[in-house]
Amino acid sequence: MASRAPGRWGKWLVSGPPLLYLLIFFAVPTLIMALASFRTPGEFGGLAPLIDETGALDLNVESYARFVAEPVYAQVFLKSVWYALLTTLACLALAYPLAALIARSPKKYRNLLLLLVILPFWSNFLIRIYAWMIILGPQAALARSVNGILGAFGMAPVSLLFSSFAVLACLVYVHLPFMVLPLYANLEKHDQALLDAAQDLGASAWQRFWRITFPLSLPGVYAGAALVFIPALGMFAIPDILGGPEDSLIGNVIKQQFLEARDWPFGSVLSIVLTVAALLLAGLAAWVGRGNLGTPSSAGESRA
Amino acid sequence: MALLEIQNVTRRFGDFTAVGGVSLAIEAGEFFTLLGPSGCGKTTLLRMIAGFDLPDAGRILLDGVDLADRPPEERPVRTVFQSYALFPHMTVEGNVAFPLKMAKTPSGQIAAKVAEALEDVRLTGFGKRYPHELSGGQKQRVAIARALVTHPTVLLLDEPLAALDAKLREDMQLELINLQKEVGITFVYVTHDQTEALALSHRIAVMNAGRVEQLDEPSRIYGFPRTRFVADFIGHCNLLAGPITANDQGIVTVDVAGLGPVRVAANTTLAAGRPGTVALRPEKARIEASAPAGTPDNHYRGTVSDLLYMGDVTVYIVDTPGGQKIEALLANSASGRAKFFEVGDPVEVSWPVAAGHFVEE
Repeated sequence: MASRAPGRWGKWLVSGPPLLYLLIFFAVPTLIMALASFRTPGEFGGLAPLIDETGALDLNVESYARFVAEPVYAQVFLKSVWYALLTTLACLALAYPLAALIARSPKKYRNLLLLLVILPFWSNFLIRIYAWMIILGPQAALARSVNGILGAFGMAPVSLLFSSFAVLACLVYVHLPFMVLPLYANLEKHDQALLDAAQDLGASAWQRFWRITFPLSLPGVYAGAALVFIPALGMFAIPDILGGPEDSLIGNVIKQQFLEARDWPFGSVLSIVLTVAALLLAGLAAWVGRGNLGTPSSAGESRA
Repeated sequence: MALLEIQNVTRRFGDFTAVGGVSLAIEAGEFFTLLGPSGCGKTTLLRMIAGFDLPDAGRILLDGVDLADRPPEERPVRTVFQSYALFPHMTVEGNVAFPLKMAKTPSGQIAAKVAEALEDVRLTGFGKRYPHELSGGQKQRVAIARALVTHPTVLLLDEPLAALDAKLREDMQLELINLQKEVGITFVYVTHDQTEALALSHRIAVMNAGRVEQLDEPSRIYGFPRTRFVADFIGHCNLLAGPITANDQGIVTVDVAGLGPVRVAANTTLAAGRPGTVALRPEKARIEASAPAGTPDNHYRGTVSDLLYMGDVTVYIVDTPGGQKIEALLANSASGRAKFFEVGDPVEVSWPVAAGHFVEE
């Protein structure tokens, strides 16, 4: 063939390795987990044989029935959604001004400021969580001053550590960069001429933000929200280390089912519920944002 | 009193003086143009009128009121930006309604005003479209409709046609003239395109290096440039410079190197020995094969060294034996032939004393 476009083999050569990787390490395990959710737990943990003594295929929906019958799991699940939602909103509230500030700072400082945003990634995730034990610990300055103030008003001291406050504070801390980066990427492209035009047409600073900047930044908001909400939903390390007994989230329950209760089928059921919920919410976000995924600058209009 | 008064306005950026002591008085209903090359300060001046920039010295008065303390959103002045700056997430209607909403116009009146503004720019029926669904000329009209819908006192236009192709630009020029007549709003127009300025304006301020070189009607700017810069910037011009050898009864003689004495009618008191320049438009120079009877005072022999065939006219570049180049323009319609002369033809270039224009250095 005279065509200079890569042939069929060329395309497979390029896209084959990543596809193969995802197949082996994502698609197949997900299918194994889906299958496990219909199997019977083994007597000593793990899974009972797929073919039982009578030679019949042992597949059932008992673990799903258990999820429906025992509301405690649905409650933990709802609490996880609530925590993830709070985390996303707090991240958005903190990240938006930060991203806007970086996007408006002189060009030569922007990369440095972005580097500072992702600097925490250079240290180990678990170490950073343990660091919060020290920050929030009863002997730390923060807890002592909070309790000092409470004591001055005659109130009993509180523990900052092992509380939902500790879990949420750390969830926000860990996920903040994932909100800053997509927001920055969006805000950085905004055309100053649009804000000048809005001001020229009589818009105050607040109106310029609310009617121009914010609607045009929605694609960045949705991307950041998805990047924060979905991992926050399944987080187990933070509640494990910083949370109290009431702060177990769905991730902790899944971990318990696999490692402590050794009920693999039920753990699989919870995992699948979590995955499906995350997919549904991501789909919902995409649907809500469908009309707002345009380009944020007037200069990019002609692309359409 | 003029509607918009710019009094001795100066704006510096570091060591660079973008606008240096400019004073202008723009009348109500006028189509006023700031014309100049890039970096001459015309856009800086426009931004100061809009309020995006503030003068370091001097005042800008609108209807006699100093605008210094009023931010852009509180000035009854609207700008049409070079990039149009349409809001991409709003429809055409949304864009045009935006300034009405900002002005807290009762919602019942907005639709009618938007429809009227779109009709003014001949975009009725395009209200539901988004900016990315429009052509360049249509975007331009939306930007104009959006700026005019609240009936501002002054409309500022910053090179609004620069992004359009030549044919569309010509159409839009005619539309702008008609629109300005129709709405009666004062237009302050910024451009570096001298043909555009000549075609559109009631008056033109030619700017150079932060100063106004000449403020006049288009025909006077073209016909009687006051400075060498204006003569050179507006249209094509032969600039014949040299020392003055005589100044007698309204006729100045300039000794031009490579050409000889050039006589020009001028009202100047400059004495012999001072430098002067004769500005001569190519269309005012006659070019003939040989000197006919009644040849004017200024006539020089030369050879056609180059020619630019432009369709309707041909520009001939004539070299004199002394090495001076003179451009002469000849309409092709005067003969059945495509052009009169070829490269290498010996010719006689001439013009009467009244055809040239004396410019002081």
